[in-house]
Amino acid sequence: MEHTNLNLLDEALGLHNINNKLWPLCGRFILVEDSVDTTASFVLHHIIKRSLSSHPSSSVIFLSFSHPFSHYDRILRKLGCNLAAQRDNSRFFFIDMLMLQCPDEGKNNHDGLAVIFEKVERVINTLHPDNKKFLTIMIDDISLLEVVANGSSNAVLDFLHYCHTLTSEFGCALVALDHKDIYSNDERPALILELEYLADILVNAEPLATGLAKDVHGQLMVLDKGSQHEHGISSHKIHNFHFKIKENSIEYFYPGTITMS
Amino acid sequence: MSESIGRTLRDGALEGELAPTLTIKDSLSSPFAFHVFSHILLQLSSRITTQNSQSRGIVVVALSRSPAYYIALLKTKGFDVASSNNWIHILDCYTDPLGWKEKIRKPSNVTDPSHQIPLATSSYKTVKDIDKLFSVITELGRGLVGDSKARFSVAIDSLSELLRHASLQSVAALVGNLRSHEQISCIFGLLHSDLHEEKAAAVLEYMSSMVASVDPFHHSVNGQRGYLGNSVSEQNFTKGKFNVRSKRRNGRVRVTCEEFKVELGGISFSNVSSVDGTTTAALVPKVQFNLQLSEKELIDRAKVVLPFEHQGNGKPIQIYDGRRSLEESNSETTHNSSVKKEGDIGEIIYFRDSDDEMPDSDEDPDDDLDI
Repeated sequence: MEHTNLNLLDEALGLHNINNKLWPLCGRFILVEDSVDTTASFVLHHIIKRSLSSHPSSSVIFLSFSHPFSHYDRILRKLGCNLAAQRDNSRFFFIDMLMLQCPDEGKNNHDGLAVIFEKVERVINTLHPDNKKFLTIMIDDISLLEVVANGSSNAVLDFLHYCHTLTSEFGCALVALDHKDIYSNDERPALILELEYLADILVNAEPLATGLAKDVHGQLMVLDKGSQHEHGISSHKIHNFHFKIKENSIEYFYPGTITMS
Repeated sequence: MSESIGRTLRDGALEGELAPTLTIKDSLSSPFAFHVFSHILLQLSSRITTQNSQSRGIVVVALSRSPAYYIALLKTKGFDVASSNNWIHILDCYTDPLGWKEKIRKPSNVTDPSHQIPLATSSYKTVKDIDKLFSVITELGRGLVGDSKARFSVAIDSLSELLRHASLQSVAALVGNLRSHEQISCIFGLLHSDLHEEKAAAVLEYMSSMVASVDPFHHSVNGQRGYLGNSVSEQNFTKGKFNVRSKRRNGRVRVTCEEFKVELGGISFSNVSSVDGTTTAALVPKVQFNLQLSEKELIDRAKVVLPFEHQGNGKPIQIYDGRRSLEESNSETTHNSSVKKEGDIGEIIYFRDSDDEMPDSDEDPDDDLDI
């Protein structure tokens, strides 16, 4: 990874720590939350790009419930990453879930999501054991996963728990996108709260708190809850910054430091 | 208070009483219950290894962390993991709680991670079956301490996770059964209180002799949930309040409050620091107006004499009563203030106008006024 290209998001996610030659997100669960006004899918794209370029044998398993492969391919191409080539090299595994629907309501929900998990497992089994810790599993997005599970948030949590067990088993990273505002009416939105408990890093994209602006498209808050490693627990870190989505890249900057061009 | 929790868990159950039970609860605004949980687990573990407690072994029901995590935790704290098999056993409900992996991996026979682990673990694949869980826990405990009178402890690393898989009734029954089991010395479990209905938390609190709740220093004002609902203050991510409510047998309830601090090496507890200016200033969110009084302002405020408060302390009463001019009364009171004071103060002279006015009637005395 070239040091020159590191931006605020990399820093907030801890991607600048490459001294131990490990994928910095390994073994961690990154939850990305966004809202209707501000979509955070660019964070996913960014992590795809970084994880594919972090190590020659790194790989990504992408569970897509929202867009076809060509969509991501076009976006990543603009960011300078050829997904189609990576797919042919067996480094980008695209699992298309667009047409998936669990057969019946009731007990079969669990089986339906177990089938998805089985697909993920099968892909992992094809990987070389040493490369498993450079793996990133990405889910786009959880709200559509819930639709697939016929609205059973418990089934979704079971599925995510199983994905989470993979992070501790193989040391792979888990990245999931969810829309926070669809739970805003619930008295106790157990799903999103449970995910926030589970997450190691929380990325939250919101529209600019002070209202719409031409040069700032939104604000990101990255909360690193710290991880428990051999030196004990590292502490919480919060990063707040603004972003602007450009044609081929995203610009990240601290509030008030935008450079007019 | 964390000390007294440790002591209670160490002393364990009395003959003919239920085992002491501790529920550690937290919420997203201060999600440190797991830190407390591992602190207590380590404390109890070291007491068990030095034979300094009633229990001789510990069964960890791992639902939210992997066994490997616990091994790493024990290792970092200097426990000899190789010889730990005779006092700790991890019931792994984390790796495969619903049996999905077993179903998938059976044909290919992928190595079970529990085989590589130096610690005694058993995996449990039907978390929804709580009755079976009870018998498995007690069997494992018996395996640790033998069939004798020796007792063991049970640690459940997330009651929340259990509640997600099973009904409140069955989880309550599990806790109840564990408490009344004759070989169990103590039980402690972790609960994320905001994930459940209030009744679930209340039920579990009723069933525990101690409730330790991890609270943030200051709650969010607007009542929003989650991390981001809070006015994010870095304070809440390293420190917080640790409230313990313990119930004695005789029904006495004791509530204590401590502070905790999450550091690199773990969690540490301290008595609530005396409120000095610097900490309060650091805790109060930055607002443009002043919420706290300074030392000088507090003293000044204490000096203010409220209206009527000065009456009767020997000074002349300076209230215009409508009958004399202020000047007159002033001169009068200065003349014979001491004499007047004795009789006049606190006396109400009242003549009833007529007999048809009821004493203390609550009819409006002014209702005949034509305004």
